[in-house]
Amino acid sequence: MEGLTLSDAEQKYYSDLFSYCDSESTKKVAAHGRVLELFRAAQLPSDVVHQIMELCGATRLGYFGRSQFYIALKLVAVAQSGFPLRVESINTVKDLPLPRFVASKNDQESRHAASYSSDSENQGSYSGVIPPPPGRGQVKKVSTSHDTVQPRTSADQQEPVSPVVSPQQSPPTSPHTWRKHSRHPSGGNSERPLAGPGPFWSPFGEAQSGSSSGDAVWSGHSPPPPQENWVSFADTPPTSTLLTMHPASVQDQTTVRTVASATTANEIRRQSSSYDDPWKITDEQRQYYVNQFKTIQPDLNGFIPGSAAKEFFTKSKLPILELSHIWELSDFDKDGALTLDEFCAAFHLVVARKNGYDLPEKLPESLMPKLIDLEDSADVGDQPGEVGYSGSPAEAPPSKSPSMPSLNQTWPELNQSSEDTAIVHPVPIRMTPSKIHMQEMELKRTGSDHTNPTSPLLVKTSDLSEENKINSSVKFASGNTVADGYSSSDSFTSDPEQIGNNVTRQRSHSGMSPDNTAPPPPPPRPQPSHSRSSSLDMNRTFSVTTDLCVHTGQQQAGVVAQPPAVPPRPQPSQAPGPVVHRPVDADGLITHTSTSPQQIPEQPNFADFSQFEVFAASNVNEEQDDEAEKHPEVLPVEKASDPASSLRVAKTDSKIEEKTAASAPANVSKGTTPLAPPPKPVRRRLKSEDELRPEVDEHTQKTGVLAAVLASQPSIPRSVGKDKKAIQASIRRNKETNTVLARLNSELQQQLKDVLEERISLEVQLEQLRPFSHL
Amino acid sequence: MAVCVAVIAKENYPLYIRSVPTENELKFHYMVHTSLDVVDEKISAMGKALVDQRELYLGLLYPTEDYKLRRYGYVTNSKVKFVMVVDSSNTALRDNEIRSMFRKLHNSYTDVMCNPFYNPGDRIQSRAFDGMVTSMMIQVC
Repeated sequence: MEGLTLSDAEQKYYSDLFSYCDSESTKKVAAHGRVLELFRAAQLPSDVVHQIMELCGATRLGYFGRSQFYIALKLVAVAQSGFPLRVESINTVKDLPLPRFVASKNDQESRHAASYSSDSENQGSYSGVIPPPPGRGQVKKVSTSHDTVQPRTSADQQEPVSPVVSPQQSPPTSPHTWRKHSRHPSGGNSERPLAGPGPFWSPFGEAQSGSSSGDAVWSGHSPPPPQENWVSFADTPPTSTLLTMHPASVQDQTTVRTVASATTANEIRRQSSSYDDPWKITDEQRQYYVNQFKTIQPDLNGFIPGSAAKEFFTKSKLPILELSHIWELSDFDKDGALTLDEFCAAFHLVVARKNGYDLPEKLPESLMPKLIDLEDSADVGDQPGEVGYSGSPAEAPPSKSPSMPSLNQTWPELNQSSEDTAIVHPVPIRMTPSKIHMQEMELKRTGSDHTNPTSPLLVKTSDLSEENKINSSVKFASGNTVADGYSSSDSFTSDPEQIGNNVTRQRSHSGMSPDNTAPPPPPPRPQPSHSRSSSLDMNRTFSVTTDLCVHTGQQQAGVVAQPPAVPPRPQPSQAPGPVVHRPVDADGLITHTSTSPQQIPEQPNFADFSQFEVFAASNVNEEQDDEAEKHPEVLPVEKASDPASSLRVAKTDSKIEEKTAASAPANVSKGTTPLAPPPKPVRRRLKSEDELRPEVDEHTQKTGVLAAVLASQPSIPRSVGKDKKAIQASIRRNKETNTVLARLNSELQQQLKDVLEERISLEVQLEQLRPFSHL
Repeated sequence: MAVCVAVIAKENYPLYIRSVPTENELKFHYMVHTSLDVVDEKISAMGKALVDQRELYLGLLYPTEDYKLRRYGYVTNSKVKFVMVVDSSNTALRDNEIRSMFRKLHNSYTDVMCNPFYNPGDRIQSRAFDGMVTSMMIQVC
């Protein structure tokens, strides 16, 4: 016979077979008996068998010597592959798959027969059949699945014990189990995906007796690929690629493709027994996956949304828990969608699972999506519980961080706020350019409101916005702003966001008619908080500073002046109807606390300074808000403000000042600025009246408001409307103040907790140290 | 070290609760349950402020006489609460460490949420989540 060149795999395989057939160890195999069985198992037509036997020379010799046997086997493979039987073909046919013999005794088929089916066959069956797990699929299904199950299985270890790969095989007992060479087929298959019927490796269990050598061979194989169960054929180098998937149709014929989950054709992927990587995806598999991907998402660079993927994989009939785990493994970047790589990995895992493999805890290297930056296929030590992300540590964090942006942001921010309760952050924010005053107001607010955490201020801002809306009719945009400023200053929580809010409000107000009477007011409010903490002074200082920055010289001066002199805000009549001292303070500080309606001297003023009306209103409101703590500081601030826009701002400042300085009783003694305030006191009075009355939301112009106010109130100063608004404003301010106080309360409680924690920790340490003290 | 970690849904039923196996696991369950009231109180106390302003980390929920076991709370913006009982006997865990633990919990929780096979409201059975919690229980000692 011509020299027969066999690949290593073939060599081993053939020797095993020979050993098997050579039961008598005579080195020659009779033409009958097992050889015939073997050849019959090859599922070749009898004439072909005869031809083979003739070709190999057995007929001449009457028996199969080893070489003849090998040649015969090779010819069987040739025949099975569909090549013409020629003597030359034994050597010319390259990469011939190993001959496939249907195991007669198969109990053992187990092995991964399915996986070994030729690729071509597998490919043929892409259609929607879900091949049963390879192991099962295999001809006699027996067991292989177990073998195939995770590469981790120690099937290999079992091999040495039992020649049969599959654990189920009753190795010693079943003499004719033909060991399945899972590798072989793959070896051949991988090279020729479309090769004809790939060799079908039926499981063979090697007879113990005869398989001693085989065992040795097997054992030899086992170690190399510890993971692969079945692979005992470590030798099959050529392919070392995955045992290809055996598409459903593959041989598993017998087994049935049971699971044909309706449309999804999960190919059975047999994890390649290559000892390199049982999880590697072969080309056909990959192509199949890509095709499936296209059916869901035509754009290969696009994503499959989670819901679509869920439906798709649910068709595979795997339990939801397992699908969930597969998802966790394969969604590498945790974005809730599958890219092509992720999808392929997921599909591969599904197929593996269906074939009986257990799901890994971490995504195998070969399945990791090829990320652009991270091509890190190495299984970096993932954090426990993190699956498959090892490869892309860089990827994971970014994906996480976006999902938690708020967390990252809030922590530092909150820390600051919690720690800085007593610290005033001057946050000069230029909010709306509409009016300088507005800006100034904002600045003041921010400057002053640092003590309280955001919420109070925010709350106030919201209140302010309400007021603003109410004040839409108010013409003084600036006035509104001022009001806002006041309110914000009241809250003293000038966080940037608040300022932003303020700004927003301001803008809204700018368009509005200055409803001076009511809304603007709030600013003075925050005072209460200030009064409590020393920061108040700082606030004032800041506000002053900011004011200085912003205000014109005049105002600044006024502002400056104010802080020092805390107008006697609480003035005389804090009660509703307090007399509003308007403007008059020798030092310009305002000490009008009372907003008694009777005071309307300034009214004429406010007619002049429409914008100040707002302030005045606010002031008035503040004053009227005796209940609410009007801060006299506010008033002084107001007083300080000069007429004209600056005045407004000044008012804010003054108000702030008042607040800070005053810490006086709630009454907002609107220290009407000497100048402008005139209207303020009036407003205050009006406000008080307003306060007395239920808040009236009027969007009419201030005159209208006044009118309304007047109507409602018995003694209605001219700026009745303003009073009403003032009252409303004061109410709002009070509310804001309440909020501020509530927030302060919560913060203090938190501080208390912290202190308690410290105490606890100290005590613990003390306890720990106590024993030592005794020593 | 965290001896008990619990994830409570918005409706105050547990989505996930796991303790270090000890003899009184029920005690931990009870502690978590009682902590829910405190958590709710904290949420509502800051309710006037916008939700955004509310800090997610609630810190030590309330001082207890039992200095060894402390309960920390954390609430997400969707009112899902995490409660952790920490054994502080060996190390006085700093606040930042607790915060980082909660952050990890929150990250893992969002990962679970991202899984399309997870129905919100179901018990969390994710192995990845379990693994992360286990890591917290053993290493944060």
